[in-house]
Amino acid sequence: MMKRYYIQVITILIAVIFIIRLVSLQILNSEYKYMSENNAVLESPVYPERGFIYDRNGEILVANQIAYDLMVIPENTNKFDTLELSELINIPIKDFKLNFSKAIKFSNKIPSIILSEISKKEHAYIQEKLWKYEGFYLQKKSIRKYYHDIGANFLGYISEVNDSDIDRDNYYQTGELIGRQGIEKYYENILRGEKGKSFFQKDRFNRIIGSYQKGRFDVAPKTASNISLTIDLDLQKYGESLFKNKRGGIVAIEPSTGEILALVTAPSYDPNILLGRKRSINYNELANDTISKPLFDRGLQAQYSPGSPFKVLNALIGLQEEVININDVYTCNKGHFYAKGAFMECHNKVGTKNNLISAIHQSCNTYFAKTYKKLINSKKTVSEGLDNWTSHLNSFGLGSYLGYDLSIGQKGFIPNSNYYDKYYQKGGWKASTIISNSIGQGEILTTPIQMANFTSAIANRGFYITPHFLKSSDKINTKKFEKKITSIDPIHFEPVIEGMEKVVDYGTARIAKIKNIKVCGKTGTVENFIKLNGKKTQLTDHSMFIAFAPKEDPKIALAVFVENGYWGSRWAAPIASLMIEKYLNNKIERKWLENRILKGSLEFEYVKPLSGKLFKINE
Amino acid sequence: MNKTYLYRLDWLVILCYLSLVLFGALNIYSSTFDNNLNKVFVLESLTGKHIIIFIVSLVFGSFILFIRTQFFQQLSYLIYFISLLLLIGLFFFGETINSAKSWYIIKGFSIQPSEIAKIGTAFAISRYLSDFNTDIKEFRSLFKGLILIFIPSILIILQPDPGSAIIFGSFFLIFFREGLSFKYLIFSFLGLILFVSTLIIPIKYIIILTTILSLFIFYFFNRYNKKTKVFPFFMFLMFSSAFILSVNFIFNSVFEQRHRDRFNIILGLVEDSKGLGYNINQSKIAIGSGGLTGKGFLQGTQTKGNFVPEQQTDYIFTTVAEEWGFIGSSFLILIFVILIIRMVNRAEKQKNIFRRNFIYGICCLIFSHFTINIGMSLGLLPTVGIPLPFVSSGGSTLLSFSLLIFIYLNFDSNRLSDW
Repeated sequence: MMKRYYIQVITILIAVIFIIRLVSLQILNSEYKYMSENNAVLESPVYPERGFIYDRNGEILVANQIAYDLMVIPENTNKFDTLELSELINIPIKDFKLNFSKAIKFSNKIPSIILSEISKKEHAYIQEKLWKYEGFYLQKKSIRKYYHDIGANFLGYISEVNDSDIDRDNYYQTGELIGRQGIEKYYENILRGEKGKSFFQKDRFNRIIGSYQKGRFDVAPKTASNISLTIDLDLQKYGESLFKNKRGGIVAIEPSTGEILALVTAPSYDPNILLGRKRSINYNELANDTISKPLFDRGLQAQYSPGSPFKVLNALIGLQEEVININDVYTCNKGHFYAKGAFMECHNKVGTKNNLISAIHQSCNTYFAKTYKKLINSKKTVSEGLDNWTSHLNSFGLGSYLGYDLSIGQKGFIPNSNYYDKYYQKGGWKASTIISNSIGQGEILTTPIQMANFTSAIANRGFYITPHFLKSSDKINTKKFEKKITSIDPIHFEPVIEGMEKVVDYGTARIAKIKNIKVCGKTGTVENFIKLNGKKTQLTDHSMFIAFAPKEDPKIALAVFVENGYWGSRWAAPIASLMIEKYLNNKIERKWLENRILKGSLEFEYVKPLSGKLFKINE
Repeated sequence: MNKTYLYRLDWLVILCYLSLVLFGALNIYSSTFDNNLNKVFVLESLTGKHIIIFIVSLVFGSFILFIRTQFFQQLSYLIYFISLLLLIGLFFFGETINSAKSWYIIKGFSIQPSEIAKIGTAFAISRYLSDFNTDIKEFRSLFKGLILIFIPSILIILQPDPGSAIIFGSFFLIFFREGLSFKYLIFSFLGLILFVSTLIIPIKYIIILTTILSLFIFYFFNRYNKKTKVFPFFMFLMFSSAFILSVNFIFNSVFEQRHRDRFNIILGLVEDSKGLGYNINQSKIAIGSGGLTGKGFLQGTQTKGNFVPEQQTDYIFTTVAEEWGFIGSSFLILIFVILIIRMVNRAEKQKNIFRRNFIYGICCLIFSHFTINIGMSLGLLPTVGIPLPFVSSGGSTLLSFSLLIFIYLNFDSNRLSDW
């Protein structure tokens, strides 16, 4: 048998060994499939173009532009003149050599960036001469383009993801861009769209030789959505120009919708400086400026004592709680004794008799201190009285983040009985102890957007809509922003609004008067202190103004504050008035006032505490 | 060609032959397919060449079918001598391709004389073994037979093309049909095991192991037959030790580094998937990624990416395995098995010893190519540049194997009529 069939037997034996080997390689082992894909298939993301950002009138604010990265595949380079190339791309030869050696260290076969975000202009020049340098090429990339030098604070910026971003959201991969601040961050998901995938066939040199299986597995990217903001470009621009050489901000809201028309913070910066190669240098410069704090959004983050504008809220609460009547009159003698031996000053003359309306337009401290005292004492205990007052204020959005669509902000502070119980021990305080609250000083802290918001609630006679920046977007239905009703009955607003109208008509802010527009407002002059060399030092007062207009059908409500601007009608009231005129009339007739503001500078105030010398305030 | 002749042809072998050639053409097309060139098919391509050679083979083959079989028997030695002359001539007129002088190039046609020598040697061995005077059990006859194999082998090694030379060793298998003791086969097999063990295991252990094994075997033999002599076992032990030492010497001192590398990679002694082991590793990835059903014709990513070198020739099996999967590659193996079994069965029906031996020779050639080529692709054997018969691209090989198939068909259909 063996003699005849040995070849057949050996053949079958070998065939069986082969089949067993094939079973183990092809069927039992799935590792090779993976290795082959790793080996031969390149998965590459396809990015949709990031959405544009428009203002409320369709003016473009942010779009995209092309920039180029100079890439190198070290393996493909020939000997070249490093000096010549570094001169061509205009970077020091030392930096060039460093980047190049980093690239070699990273990988010989995979491209690395030598110089990123080369502008279109430089690109044309470099492109022309780059043929000399094998292995180097320019890779297109999309970066943001800002059409106007405004709104850096709320527009935010985009930058490459870092490791913690990747850990948090596995959508992102190294080198991709993410919204970092402001609108870019808050509406990241809408603006970025959804990236797709393309698969390519590679050859053994890692070169792409075509699409993989004719793109059968490719996933098309979901296009990004453009969004429109509630911001009015002209108003925003105008507001920023008014704040030249001043610190502070403006928050302007359309009362009927809660749409934020302008959010000015000063000083600010040109958003374009956070693009391109100088980005990190510029960013560090901004971040390290701890004196003027350009990255600090004063409109949303700065907490100040609200000052006199707060009086209108106390008036409303007083009316609601029926502790005052419109016709009640209080006498003021350049102030009054609110407790034994404790005198609160007022700028009204001796013997002034104020009812509610005149108390508002004359900003009478005495009137509101007395009202506040009654308010706190209207309940069984002072704690109840205070907490009732606190809850009224909370209904105006004070002491909370408000819920607007940006991820920065401050809650402000409205004290309640717990706070004072802790501070003075229970029973250790009464209305006179906390009397400063009546005139917006004391423990109360508000942010400018909170002030604009309660102004808007007053303009609406009893409700506000959560302030917001997003007007509409292409794809996603804009979520409805919540309408919130205050705890004050609408009828109580009329006398207070009348008082605010008189403020402008013949009260503290006559400078804010605009022909044919009924402006309602309230000035504020806010005492403020800093710690200077460990000592509590008073600085020149902040100038504050809240306003809305027109009185009957309010189109704009705003809060303006100017740091160390002294009294309210000195800076804040004219700025607010100009903003209103600009928004409602779209042109400024009071050129003299505009000029005064545009040219005015408060820099001399800001250097005072830094000078190291003794200085005078409120000059 | 009359009807009865057509009827007598071995259509099973023809079917196997045709399917292998066509399957080969498909896989060569896929291996050389370039995404960027949209030409569907051109005669200048390797696929075109494969088909042209196939057609040429059919033309020559048809002539072969009508040649009287005695003619082959009579001309056997002549063909052998001519092929030896062609091999010798290479040293003077040969062209060097891939650092081996293995080719004649005449007016654009390249001919590989080692392919002709395979046919020539098959003839010579068959003729020699069928000679009345030859008794393979005698040492003299065995020695002469071996000389017939060694001459062309050495000429080919000198080219140097050691891969092709190994193939000639397979003719040794015919000797067993003529009565050579299977001991030789067993000893060769043991020798192979010893050889591989020597490379893997340190020498002292392998010698100790061999000694224990011999004592063990002697003990069993002694139990059944008290007359068993110690001397043969002692000789066996001495011979084994000498073999082990010489293998060690040859491997480390005679072999060149590249030869050592090939063994080391197969035996898993060296891990190097990017350098020396690149071919084998890529080949395994291509085969493994095929899975059960494969990626489909022209869909092999490894094949398209040209990760496996020489894929249309020596590594054609990787294309088959990647694109046709386990099913396709098993099927290919099955066709080869059917082809060999069928031909051996038919050979046994031959009354003429020359013809029977010649068919055995064809089987040995197909078998050795098949084993070495696929074994290498599967990473079971060291890298040896041997094509897969009928399937791989390469004119000389396809032509010579085609002619062998036609000679077989001639011998088989005329086995009763043509003495």
